[in-house]
Amino acid sequence: MTDHNDTSSNHLPASVQEPIANPGLPAHLPRPTDVDPKAERRAERQVAAFFVASMICAVLFCVAYFTLDIKDETDTFIGLGASNVALGATLGLALMFIGIGVIHWARKLMGDVEIFEMRHPASSSEEDRDTTLAALSAGLEESGIARRPLIRNTMLGAMGMLGLPLIVGLRDLGTLPGKTLERTVWAEGTRIVRDVTGTPVKPSQLEVGDLMNAQPEGLVTLHSEELIAEGEERGVEYLEGVDLQVEKSKASVILLRMEPKDLTFSDRSPENWQIDGIVAYSKICTHVGCPISLNEQQSHHLLCPCHQSTFDLADGGRVVFGPAARPLPQLPLTVKDGYLVAQSDFREPVGPSYWERDSK
Amino acid sequence: MSTSENVGGSVASTNGKTAASAKKPGRGSKVVGWADERLGLATAAKKNLRKVFPDHWSFMLGEIALWSFVVLLISGVFLTFWFKPSMAEVQYFGSYSQLNGMHMSEAFASTLDISFDVRGGLMVRQMHHWAAMLFIAAMLVHMMRVFLTGAFRKPREVNWIIGGILILLGIVEGFAGYSLPDDLLSGTGMRIADGLVKATPVVGTYMSFFMFGGEFPGDDIIPRLYMAHILLIPGLILALIAAHMLLLVYHKHTQWPGPGRTEENVVGFPMLPVYMAKAGGFFFIVFGMSALMGGLLTINPVWKYGPYDPSKVTAGSQPDWYMGIAEGTLRIMPGWETHLFGHTLSWNIFLPGQVIPIVLLLMVLSWPFLEAWVTGDKREHHLLQRPRNAPGRTAFLAAMITLYGLLWAAGGNDVLAVLFHLNLNHITYFMRGAVFVIPILVFFLTKRWCISLQRHDNDKLLHGYETGIIMRSAEGGYTERHLPISEESAYTLTARDRDEVFVPGSGVDANGVASKDGKLDGIRGKLSTTLFADNIQKPTAEELEEAHHHADDEHAHEIEAGLDHSADGHQFDGRHPVDEEALRGKH
Amino acid sequence: MRLLNRPLNRVAGRLSRHRRRPVAGLLVMLLGLFFTGALYAAFAPANAEKESTTDEAKIAQGRELFLVGCSFCHGANGEGMTSQTGQLGPSLVGVGAAAVDFQVGTGRMPMAQPGQQAAVKDKLYTDDEVEALSAYVASLGPGPSIPSKDEYSLDKEIAEGVKNGMTDDEARNAAIVRGGQLFLANCSACHNFEGSGGAMPWGKNAPSLRKTSDKHIYEAMLTGPQQMDVFSNGNIAPEDKAAIIAYLNSIEENPGYGGFGLGGLGPVSEGMFAWLLGIGGLVGFAYWIAAHSTRSEKSEHTEGNQA
Repeated sequence: MTDHNDTSSNHLPASVQEPIANPGLPAHLPRPTDVDPKAERRAERQVAAFFVASMICAVLFCVAYFTLDIKDETDTFIGLGASNVALGATLGLALMFIGIGVIHWARKLMGDVEIFEMRHPASSSEEDRDTTLAALSAGLEESGIARRPLIRNTMLGAMGMLGLPLIVGLRDLGTLPGKTLERTVWAEGTRIVRDVTGTPVKPSQLEVGDLMNAQPEGLVTLHSEELIAEGEERGVEYLEGVDLQVEKSKASVILLRMEPKDLTFSDRSPENWQIDGIVAYSKICTHVGCPISLNEQQSHHLLCPCHQSTFDLADGGRVVFGPAARPLPQLPLTVKDGYLVAQSDFREPVGPSYWERDSK
Repeated sequence: MSTSENVGGSVASTNGKTAASAKKPGRGSKVVGWADERLGLATAAKKNLRKVFPDHWSFMLGEIALWSFVVLLISGVFLTFWFKPSMAEVQYFGSYSQLNGMHMSEAFASTLDISFDVRGGLMVRQMHHWAAMLFIAAMLVHMMRVFLTGAFRKPREVNWIIGGILILLGIVEGFAGYSLPDDLLSGTGMRIADGLVKATPVVGTYMSFFMFGGEFPGDDIIPRLYMAHILLIPGLILALIAAHMLLLVYHKHTQWPGPGRTEENVVGFPMLPVYMAKAGGFFFIVFGMSALMGGLLTINPVWKYGPYDPSKVTAGSQPDWYMGIAEGTLRIMPGWETHLFGHTLSWNIFLPGQVIPIVLLLMVLSWPFLEAWVTGDKREHHLLQRPRNAPGRTAFLAAMITLYGLLWAAGGNDVLAVLFHLNLNHITYFMRGAVFVIPILVFFLTKRWCISLQRHDNDKLLHGYETGIIMRSAEGGYTERHLPISEESAYTLTARDRDEVFVPGSGVDANGVASKDGKLDGIRGKLSTTLFADNIQKPTAEELEEAHHHADDEHAHEIEAGLDHSADGHQFDGRHPVDEEALRGKH
Repeated sequence: MRLLNRPLNRVAGRLSRHRRRPVAGLLVMLLGLFFTGALYAAFAPANAEKESTTDEAKIAQGRELFLVGCSFCHGANGEGMTSQTGQLGPSLVGVGAAAVDFQVGTGRMPMAQPGQQAAVKDKLYTDDEVEALSAYVASLGPGPSIPSKDEYSLDKEIAEGVKNGMTDDEARNAAIVRGGQLFLANCSACHNFEGSGGAMPWGKNAPSLRKTSDKHIYEAMLTGPQQMDVFSNGNIAPEDKAAIIAYLNSIEENPGYGGFGLGGLGPVSEGMFAWLLGIGGLVGFAYWIAAHSTRSEKSEHTEGNQA
């Protein structure tokens, strides 16, 4: 310790620096198990008992594995899945008992006298360092890297250039964005259908205060064969797999019916985009893209469950709270053949912001 | 086996029985001999088998992280037997009837199969998830211990950085694993990740498209994450853990100061057998704890979330706890966005999603260098500091933990609102201010608290500890007896360095060498003042001597005054031999 | 010891394709048909004459109760009242009997005090009185009536399915699967993935659905109480509402496959358990591992002597 304190000892004499001298390691005191053969044997039995308990648990694990059913006839135990609980408990205890046994052994019976080791500085000795430096400079000298800048520079250039294939080779990780982020499957005359069931919607079916989670026709998986047959006759394309997921993550909408007098119209939300107080908004949050449908019927405020951005749906989807920066895009509605349909696609990109968003 | 006598070498007896009993050590050395002739391990092993490790509970926190990583490897291998990292659409006809016939990705269907059709599958899945939470939590607690005790100081700065990178990798690894089942919550998480990536200026959209193999969600992300989750990141983590441990062995473990413990030695128990048993036993305990949690506590019930569908969402959409601070910053950020020359820059996402986490990480990683620069200390440190003896540093950590906790709470503001009947919006408004104000308050409070603890230590050194024995003087006044603490305790309290405040322009650095005034000396001086100026230094030998004299004088006084007392308590003053030595305790 | 009293009871704790035998299915179906018929008989227009007399008495009784308990906020004729600070009580004309049955039947109304959201309390009226109040409010204007059991149970749909050649369980399961999807599309955003409830702006919340009766869940969808949106029959068809309710019941009946549920609140409570139980427990073990064990008073010489 004293070597290291020589910096401070410039200011204070050593005796002042260390008011109390290091008394050295205290004497070792034996444990009961060191001096009492009875205690020693007891500890020995305890450790063995833990190991035996572990064995029992391991056997019980196997018993539980083969006797407790999962799948259709799940056995239960106080309302919990019996297999899961039993397997976890027996395996956990089997492991824990080994751990506890071993540690108990170490604490009670293994050598208990503290020993010490001397440290050495992290750095190598001066001599080693000098030898290394000498070897290094000799090696560099023999290579002539300092004397031959032409070789050195072209080599560095060649290695740097290797970065290009590395980056270029990643090009096919994905397609280029193109214009896909600005388009959804909504188009003039696309029917709005109920999410999940896929049935089309008549304006009269909605009461004031209704909220419907909806999709463009073709983006629903659970509807009946007749619906699909009927839709395909009208030329609707039913998507599945990755196409379905990609389009759903842009095209999902919510449909609300409010008192027409509650609505505020603006350039963003002109009067002819709604039908008797029925409005449709993108369900994809403009913050980072969570689907949002936590609507408050009386205040018309729509809350995102991910980061709590709140939008006023009676006022063109204006942001009233939270981290979102842009209002929710509105889908212009009209009626065709008695059913609600879109007038067109959204007039702006839906979902989260991106760099090129404004240059559409 | 018969050749073992020769290898054993030591016993050459004519007595067959003796030779047989000598076989035992012989067999061991035979194996060692075989291996050493090929691998030459004995040289390395001779030093390390009995390597000394000091004993303290806080030195085992890193072990929790290490062992839970091993649990993750074991349980993860089990899961790979059944998990299918594919986003191909399949129809589910497994045992969970509520999703019967549903279309979903193969990844989600195979997760359901692991949970419902593989015995023990759900238990191992949950164990894997719990162990992941423990892994990152243990790394954080370990890091806090290292920070609080100053164990990151020279020569361990590199290990500090490796540790910081390990935490970052652990979090990325956890997020990748959380996303693999392709359930509603993990899909929502990916959706948010997509939003974060897209907010990157200039290249964000391209990054998103290259990440997802096209437009979100695409069908590439899960196979790619799977590769990262089971190969790339665990490989990196494993390599860094190896480096971390090698450096630990090379530097030898730090230790608390105390009698016989110095900067030059390390006192503790040998690797073989004590630490082998303790650390090995702890592995079984960590493994057992993960199994118990996996068996008894539901985590991530993906069957209730259902397969990912970009149009569905659930209240309480949260990431795992370690993503909580990113979630919190995202939630409390005001909606700032700049539109410039036809381009959108989303500060509301870019700042909390990318800039702030990186700044926080860099701040943490650079602390050892910052502190060394301020103190100008170039020495090696192997003795730990008590948190109170580095008030500035302890206060900084307390402030950071507070900030972390606040952001964490902000990330769960909806759950807090429901549980404690609070107003969601008020929590958000409160947090927007609190993250700036409260950490600063906590910094100063913690610093003052540490300093008063230091003062308390000095009181104990100078005036002894409070015995709880109340004395009444002849005049009727009451005083409490103070008794000196034991020599061991007194030494332990004084085994620390004196802090020196750097004064800019003094022209002399900590080593007493004349230094040229640096441009940053002003800042360095200010930082040094904040960190060290108010600290209480340990008493000098003279002060200690004087205090003891003073105490003795006082005693002499009182003894004279109270001679007629039969028992006045002076016999407990520690300077007179008494029977009840036990009273002195271990102060 | 409850644990011992209820040892591993082999219960197929959920709806399974194998649980019911065909005979049982037939029985259930017959019973279902019988009850449907009985209910139909009870409420059919054939009894209109008798109904109208009882109705008039009920309406009169309801009006009495209304004047005492509700008119302070909703006005003497349920026309609603507006105070200086805003609406005191909305108009009840056209809200229908279902709304009254929900609000009064769950104890939300009468409110103890005006506030953001009417809290669930013990209900103040007997079933009979709730019925009378509902009848009175229904008489103020046409609105949704109190649903009958066959509207919020799957009986009808299962009967339909059986007719189309499905087994009873197949029909039930198909409805539950659809109900699950409808629940996640329409309800979980506010009420959470297993109906534990969630936060709404400005101190309001979407309540937990776990203890709400089937009828009240149905009525809530139908009428959209307070800030909740309406899911009228034109929006979500009655059989789809019944499917949602059946899904909720079925996940409630499921055993806790993975062990204790931790409140069904998702990752936040999981993180809390990881820290408190996991890290807390392991740090406890670490403390034990490193703690110094007891020391003996005897000196070590004794040991030497023995050896």
